Amino acid sequence: MPSALVFFNELSAVPSKAQRELLTLASRFEAATVAIAAEASAEAQDVIKSYGVTKLLVAPGGEDAFIDHALSALEAAVKLSEADVVLVANDNFNREIAARLAVRLDGAVITDAIDVSTALVVTKDELAGSYSAQVKASSGALFVTVKPNSIEDEPQGESNPLEVHNLDLQIEADPRIRVVATEAKAVSDRPKLTEARVVVAGGRGVNGDFAPVEDLADALAGAVGASRAATDAGWISHDAQIGQTGVTVSPQLFISAGISGAIQQKAGMQTSKCIIAINKDVDAPVFEIADFGIVGDLTKVLPQAAEEIRRRQA
Amino acid sequence: MTEETTVPLKIVVLVKHVPDVQFDRHIDSGSLRLDRAESVLSELDEYAIEAAVALVESQGGFAAGHEVIAATMGGKSASNSVKKALQMGASSGLHLNDEALAGSDTVATSKALAALIEHVGDVDLVVTGMSSTDAETSVVPAQLAERLNFAQLTHALAVDFDAANRELTIRRDHADRTLSLAATLPAVLSVTDQANDPRYPNFKAIMAAKKKSITEVDLAGIGLSADTVGAQGSRSAVLSATARPAREAGTVINDSGQAGIALVDFLAEQKLI
Repeated sequence: MPSALVFFNELSAVPSKAQRELLTLASRFEAATVAIAAEASAEAQDVIKSYGVTKLLVAPGGEDAFIDHALSALEAAVKLSEADVVLVANDNFNREIAARLAVRLDGAVITDAIDVSTALVVTKDELAGSYSAQVKASSGALFVTVKPNSIEDEPQGESNPLEVHNLDLQIEADPRIRVVATEAKAVSDRPKLTEARVVVAGGRGVNGDFAPVEDLADALAGAVGASRAATDAGWISHDAQIGQTGVTVSPQLFISAGISGAIQQKAGMQTSKCIIAINKDVDAPVFEIADFGIVGDLTKVLPQAAEEIRRRQA
Repeated sequence: MTEETTVPLKIVVLVKHVPDVQFDRHIDSGSLRLDRAESVLSELDEYAIEAAVALVESQGGFAAGHEVIAATMGGKSASNSVKKALQMGASSGLHLNDEALAGSDTVATSKALAALIEHVGDVDLVVTGMSSTDAETSVVPAQLAERLNFAQLTHALAVDFDAANRELTIRRDHADRTLSLAATLPAVLSVTDQANDPRYPNFKAIMAAKKKSITEVDLAGIGLSADTVGAQGSRSAVLSATARPAREAGTVINDSGQAGIALVDFLAEQKLI
């Protein structure tokens, strides 16, 4: 049975759903190790333990050095753990760390994975989810970046003592890249777009007003998404953009409101389990992939649906 | 203009020839490789070309001796994407054309491109798009920074250049924050579709591009043996690729005043609420 290493750049006291899914995936392998390029709080350690992990490697410091610290931490952790497979999140930062380490250690990197078998065969999406491929490393360490919502989160329940080691890193006096400013983004109470079970997204058809989209998302405890037309128009933050140049989502339920369903938009959501579309135009391509479609005015349909959900749940 | 701006910049923009996303794209069931007919310049590379050309224009233009070399690797038709880059303002083209490159994964691709950039020599800046629109891994720029020992400034939302200090500053999203990151050249810069508005080549630019040269090289010409790239030089291998069954259209209703209720009924049927 191969051994696994899970790497996090940071792990808060309340690990994200995607981070828990990585821990679940790692628990399939032998002797799973976790490495963090930062401190781990007692709360975070308890979560790690609940997935059967017995070894934690931490590398505090490096807040001012973008990338370099994380690269050194992961490199040290891979060498120390001698893991056969390294599992990281699928966001840009972690993908880049994994890809650079694959080059540095002459290994392989596979992105956008949705599963990793114990024989180290990786299942991944290709061509925006229109193909599913099986990929294997031909030699060296294997780095896999795993898409959120691909693995069902399953803590093991029982936990063993956790050995914690500090990784000994050579600190570069002069970091290559300097962080010259940091701006926090607006905090939302809604679930993270890439991790949400339900996503309600609006496009050109919302005509500047996202309130009905947001209200239905809140009734379903979902996240809010948008097409590029809506983010380019400045109706909503660019972070909400779903599609080829935005984020890709794969929720249980995707509700598309006022989005035509052009090919670049479909690329970001077509692997959703269930798709509902509301559009004024009966010929909108989104109806070709929707499990349930409504030709109508979203400013009437969305509030009515939100009210009905709240009435039934009351 | 300060004196330092007269030190010419040598910029390589990497462009990729990819299957047009407007059409159905296929993976060949025998070779397990992407069918590359009907290919065009990857749309996201237009932002990279624009970033490079705009940077030169802000530093005294091509008359000041700056260079923007549009480079690609791939088969014969890949030079069409270099031609498009020349129309958008790149000063010359470079095409690594070798059959042995086919089937390269990111590790092999970055090896070939790093060798190509070293072959050019004295490059200050490598500019790329945020991702190709075919494989969509978006990791080759980071791998190039690793191989070339250049600073990695990737996924830029905005770019600023300080000529006096030869320092690039970018804005980039990272976790729950937006960072401003600065590094001295040489660097690898990848830009998002938020970074600029790519220009549309006019007739004059199209005519001017016809006079620009595209240099063709093969692997031997840049000092790489064929077995270090392609399938042999790759560290991952595709075992199978299967088209997902197309989604089927479900029921479509016209709203006659109760569609919101019908939507909730559907959610309840599907056990989604």
